[in-house]
Amino acid sequence: MRLTCPLCGERDRREFYYYGAEDYLRRPGEGAPLADWDDYLHLRDNPAGVTKDLWYHEAGCAQWLLVTRNTVTHEISGVELVAGRKE
Amino acid sequence: MRYSGLKVITEGLFGNKGWKPAWRDPAPKAEYDAVIIGGGGHGLSTAYYLAKNHGITNVAVLEKGYLGGGNVGRNTTIVRANYFLPGNSEFYSHSLKLWEGLEADLNYNVMHSQRGLINLFHSDGQRDAFARRGNAMINQGDDAILLDREGVREHLPYLDFEQTRFPIYGGLLHPRGGSARHDAVAWGYARGADRRGVDLIQNCEVTGIDIENGVVKGVQTTRGAIRAKKVGIVVAGRSSQVAAMAGMRLPIESHVLQAFVTEGLKPVIDHVVSFGMGHFYISQSDKGGLVFGGDLDFYASYAARGNLPMVEHVMEAGMTLMPMIGRAKVLRSWGGIMDMSPDGSPVIDKTHVEGLFLDCGWNYGGFKAVPASGWCMAHLMATGESHEVARKFRLDRFATGHLLDEEGTGSQHNLH
Repeated sequence: MRLTCPLCGERDRREFYYYGAEDYLRRPGEGAPLADWDDYLHLRDNPAGVTKDLWYHEAGCAQWLLVTRNTVTHEISGVELVAGRKE
Repeated sequence: MRYSGLKVITEGLFGNKGWKPAWRDPAPKAEYDAVIIGGGGHGLSTAYYLAKNHGITNVAVLEKGYLGGGNVGRNTTIVRANYFLPGNSEFYSHSLKLWEGLEADLNYNVMHSQRGLINLFHSDGQRDAFARRGNAMINQGDDAILLDREGVREHLPYLDFEQTRFPIYGGLLHPRGGSARHDAVAWGYARGADRRGVDLIQNCEVTGIDIENGVVKGVQTTRGAIRAKKVGIVVAGRSSQVAAMAGMRLPIESHVLQAFVTEGLKPVIDHVVSFGMGHFYISQSDKGGLVFGGDLDFYASYAARGNLPMVEHVMEAGMTLMPMIGRAKVLRSWGGIMDMSPDGSPVIDKTHVEGLFLDCGWNYGGFKAVPASGWCMAHLMATGESHEVARKFRLDRFATGHLLDEEGTGSQHNLH
């Protein structure tokens, strides 16, 4: 598997650290009920197919990346900078 | 048909014409008392113990492919009871006891071989941790022997003890640990369940779960609707998809774990050897192949095949530990899809739907759990109460904080 980092170009999978599903980008606000935190930390759609998840370019530019990929075929269809996303 | 040595001899004398199929191939009935979704090791053992322990025989096991075609046929067949945490410890201890009586119980040769498992350690701190684990195992009623370096050398003279990165300080020997023939376990449970009246229905994919007013009524399948008073989801590897049919979102992320087997060799590795620091473990099958594996590929995947970096890592770890295997040719590698839970422990629990039960989250340890998982899931489905050795495998433990984090690495999907 190779990921194309928007800053560094195509790089080996070993340069990246996998963090988890994009749910991590939806952190509950202050005072949110416990169920929201359970949802955010533990519960996952875990799709067999297209998913979006977070990777860290540990041995490269140290940017967090939002990767769109297929969990069945390992095909990668998009990589964007988390920092560049609009809220 | 009961299998026996005499039967083998008489069949041999008369051209082996008397053997019958080990189980029927029934069409699904319109209604059952209980339906098990998933004809793998855990689903088949659940059906077997529902019939045997609880007298519930009007049961169907629905399998979308063929029996035992999932993870029970795609693992490295290690059987052990070396867990530390209360909650895990008594469960795997119960499972090992069931393994020890399994062949007589099923009248089926599952080739269970208690050849001993050795977990190696490589520092003073790790020795302390392993001594503590060994004490926990002994307190649980299982066996553990702390070996020093010379003790390990007596068992495993072929290891590279002087390697610079992880010099071997000793090992924790679990003499009752070992391995078994994975397919035979599935087949033995299938035959045992079938003989007690359970319908094993293959090529029957569940496409929906019927729920009315919070009560389960049955399932929709590719072979028609089937009504059922109770439904058990036992589909580790696909748990999120099936649970979603009941409107559930599970604390599970699916990951791929690779394994490898070499060409058949003469007996050379007598034990199961685990090299935790290198993420490597190995045993030799009765057919002669060296069966070994490592760690997860560490990204969510349903591909049933892994990536090359982990292949390289596993081979490097194997060569570090036992350079003698360097000339063996790898025949095959494969990947199994693991239900990874945030704390690395499984779930056997009720759901928010009455009559719907869930057995999932087996991480990379499902094979050794096959007997006890079925035993406890059957108990839960029959009585509505958790079995005493599985009472901590709660679905809501992540929300309530009652974690079973055996590794002590934290409750997060990418850490186990």
